[in-house]
Amino acid sequence: MRLLESTALQIKQKILSKQIRVVELVGQAFARIKAVDPTIQSFISLNEESALKQAREIDEKIDHNEKVGLLAGIPVAVKDNLCTRGLSTTCASQILKNFVPPYDAYVVKRLKEEDAIIIGKTNLDEFAMGSSTENSSFQITRNPWNVACVPGGSSGGSAAAVAANLTPMSLGSDTGGSVRQPAALCGIVGLKPTYGRVSRYGLIAFGSSLDQVGTMTKDVSDASLLLQVIAGKDSKDSTSVQTPVPDYLQGIDNNIQGLRIGIPKEYLTEGMHADVHKALKDALRIYEKLGAKIIDVTLPHTEYAVAVYYIVANAEASSNLSRYDGVRYGIRSTNAKGVIDMYCRTRAEGFGNEVKRRIMLGNYALSSGYYDAYYLKASRVRNLIKKDFDAAFEKVDCIIGPTSPVPAFKIGERANNPLEMYLSDIYTIPANLAGIPGISIPCGFSKDGLPIGLQILTKHFEEKQLLHVAYSFERETDYHLKRAVI
Amino acid sequence: MKYEVVIGLETHSELATATKLFCGCSTKFGADPNTQVCPVCLAMPGVLPVMNKKAFEYAMKSAAALCCKIDNYTNFDRKSYYYPDLPKNYQISQNYHNLGVDGFMDIEVKGTVKRIRIHNVHLEEEAGKLIHPEETGADYSLVDFNRAGVPLLEIVSYPDMRTVDEVESYMQTLRKMLLYTEISDCKMQEGSLRFEASISLRLKGVETLGNRVEIKNLNSMKFVIKAIEYEATRQAELLDRGETIDRETRLWDEINEKSVRMRSKEEAQDYRYFPEPDLLPVLIDEKWLSTIKSSIPELPFARKQRFVSEFKLSDYDANLLIEDKVLADFFEECVRGLNRPKILCNWITNDLLREAKERKLEIGQLKVKPAQLVSLVEIVEKGTISSTTAKEVFIEMIQTGKDPQKIVEEKGLIQISDEGLIGSVIDKIISGNPGVIDDYKKGKKNALTFLVGQVMKETKGKANPKMVNELLKGKLDV
Repeated sequence: MRLLESTALQIKQKILSKQIRVVELVGQAFARIKAVDPTIQSFISLNEESALKQAREIDEKIDHNEKVGLLAGIPVAVKDNLCTRGLSTTCASQILKNFVPPYDAYVVKRLKEEDAIIIGKTNLDEFAMGSSTENSSFQITRNPWNVACVPGGSSGGSAAAVAANLTPMSLGSDTGGSVRQPAALCGIVGLKPTYGRVSRYGLIAFGSSLDQVGTMTKDVSDASLLLQVIAGKDSKDSTSVQTPVPDYLQGIDNNIQGLRIGIPKEYLTEGMHADVHKALKDALRIYEKLGAKIIDVTLPHTEYAVAVYYIVANAEASSNLSRYDGVRYGIRSTNAKGVIDMYCRTRAEGFGNEVKRRIMLGNYALSSGYYDAYYLKASRVRNLIKKDFDAAFEKVDCIIGPTSPVPAFKIGERANNPLEMYLSDIYTIPANLAGIPGISIPCGFSKDGLPIGLQILTKHFEEKQLLHVAYSFERETDYHLKRAVI
Repeated sequence: MKYEVVIGLETHSELATATKLFCGCSTKFGADPNTQVCPVCLAMPGVLPVMNKKAFEYAMKSAAALCCKIDNYTNFDRKSYYYPDLPKNYQISQNYHNLGVDGFMDIEVKGTVKRIRIHNVHLEEEAGKLIHPEETGADYSLVDFNRAGVPLLEIVSYPDMRTVDEVESYMQTLRKMLLYTEISDCKMQEGSLRFEASISLRLKGVETLGNRVEIKNLNSMKFVIKAIEYEATRQAELLDRGETIDRETRLWDEINEKSVRMRSKEEAQDYRYFPEPDLLPVLIDEKWLSTIKSSIPELPFARKQRFVSEFKLSDYDANLLIEDKVLADFFEECVRGLNRPKILCNWITNDLLREAKERKLEIGQLKVKPAQLVSLVEIVEKGTISSTTAKEVFIEMIQTGKDPQKIVEEKGLIQISDEGLIGSVIDKIISGNPGVIDDYKKGKKNALTFLVGQVMKETKGKANPKMVNELLKGKLDV
């Protein structure tokens, strides 16, 4: 297996045993990016110069047998809605195309502290609003398994970069499935931790009560490693939680004898693609073989999840995006007369259609006279959805279903039908509403050779069990070892 | 006037915390523009607020001091509106669960106590400040974000006031409360205390409220009063002409002393309030609340009443003392040292206040300490120095901060109370002024005053005046 097709843990082992030098690894990564990314278009910007400088520094540390971090020398790509000090952070939006943050996001700071090498910033749907990465105002990212297809979204750039072997790991963000769905569509592992497990400081907000930074890796062990680095309480994020961070890799290979797996009947919907359904059934058979019990559960309010999500997320987004006004940073319209006109033109020129649509929907849901009927009601239904999960987790240890109802679809196929696009996230949204952790792991391929993802959900702060359940499947299968040919 | 004026006040007060409400930037007034800012208070993409616990406790303290109900659950809400001085284009405030509700504050007008109900007390963040260039025709404005994020307390009264005297008393009483609880410095010139008034008129005896008009941009208490008087007259004239009052917001133009329309009710903004997802709800348990409540000092109104009953001071004197907490504390510390409340009160309200005013100093900045004032009064009572000399010593104390005993010793001001010594001076004056003695014997009363003056002059003012008087009379009346 070629170096860049390896997992981070494999590469790390080679670095620490001095089989390869970090400079060489990083050089290879940039060479491959230059060869492949003009086709895939996963990166918005590259950080080559400082990445190589940092690589030399880590090599020196290793040469001198100095202590190095958990991610020593590992290239990591970062979604372009996570602030990186001195490195442009655009959210794939025209309105922030010239924005260079004066500070690092908490997760970026953690990567640096553990000697990871940030190689560049990856493409996304503008402000993470979308499920295909087609809403980027800069470029359309392609699925490495079939470049006519979307990589999913909104963390499509981060998913494609890992799937195309441009980087072993990347960070994404997940508000309604934006890590798990592209992971599924690109055949990699995507983990969304519990809301509050990872600090949101420096993650450019979309839906504040839903957003969570997530990991995108080639396998479950790498997901455990990356989560280990970014999890924990951050005093700069009031919603991050003090709960201790366990050692995620320790005991990951224990058996799952007696594990109770819940299958919600509400997830077996008509919209599910036949190949996805088959992959799910095969996966359950593997779990049974491993000694798990499959139990039917019900999440009765699932049918309202998408509606609730698009009210809550858009309401919060409409407020979060009001700061992009041309006053302090970002672009400012040059042909405005007066401050109101400046606001209007800056935002009209700076935001794309999907962002504008969501701002309008969000403002509507919050406006006086509609607040009770929309936002307040949605918040109440959201509580019912949480309670559904609480009740289900009384009976089972985890819930399993498909990540996405369909494998990767063609670029342009759903671009003009927002409602159909919104249904891409039907299985992933409930975890964000409930705040619970979820992971998508490769569980097969469609007849057309496109990857299919299996979603596993557990209780709040049960990432360790989540990774354990995922790992036990991965160990029995080889889907995660398949690499896209590009 | 056949109308009754109905007035409510909204008060904004900047809290005296060292740092801002949601970040660690300094709140110090007067720094160079945009030097007290960070990514959080500039609303950079991706930042999050973290609540300043001290600010929250100050707000709790004020809500408790205003006898509000304080629920064990409160949270912050986002209030959305676009303005260049508001970095996020929403203000983190409170709307759905205000910190304090349904409180009251007693005020006094001409000896009558009236209870003004408080609708709510809540905590929010301050906006920045727009700076408009002075050059004419400039096509830009500048923004200073130093103030953005300073903790701001909003206190909303019910429309329970009926006269400008009540409004005046409400503002003063509230100001004193904020100063006494030490949660705000209340410097109106720096904008740390601001008022907005809402005014409506109704025919006397009518119960329903008329349409109310809100008036903003009231930069001093004086303007509040002027604006209310202006607005009451304006509304009365409209009603007299049979016109209706529009529900609207008006701005006070302090130069032309009139209010001008800012926006009508129809143009009122929709703030699209919703709970702030970046902050956790604040849960207030009994223990926390009682700790805060126990930190509230005796408030001015209660203290005044106690000064009158405990120290037998007049209403007037007691009011002078409680005007400033530091002054009232100074007084009480003096009384603890020497139980002569009236004499000490006179020294404080006359001499101490006068000297502070002349020197443009706060009471706390004066060099004289309570124990020293007590010593001064004591040595006058003992007869060591005369009360005239005491005034001189007091000035010296103000200037140098020295103890009165030391000043008396250094300057040789100790009063002469030696009968023999005074007697011999008197003999000298009598023999040197035969004409005056004749006048005295003829019954001219001011002859005695002259002679006393001569004795005092001869002793450089140190003779005990009471003794001089008695001894002189004794010798002359033989």
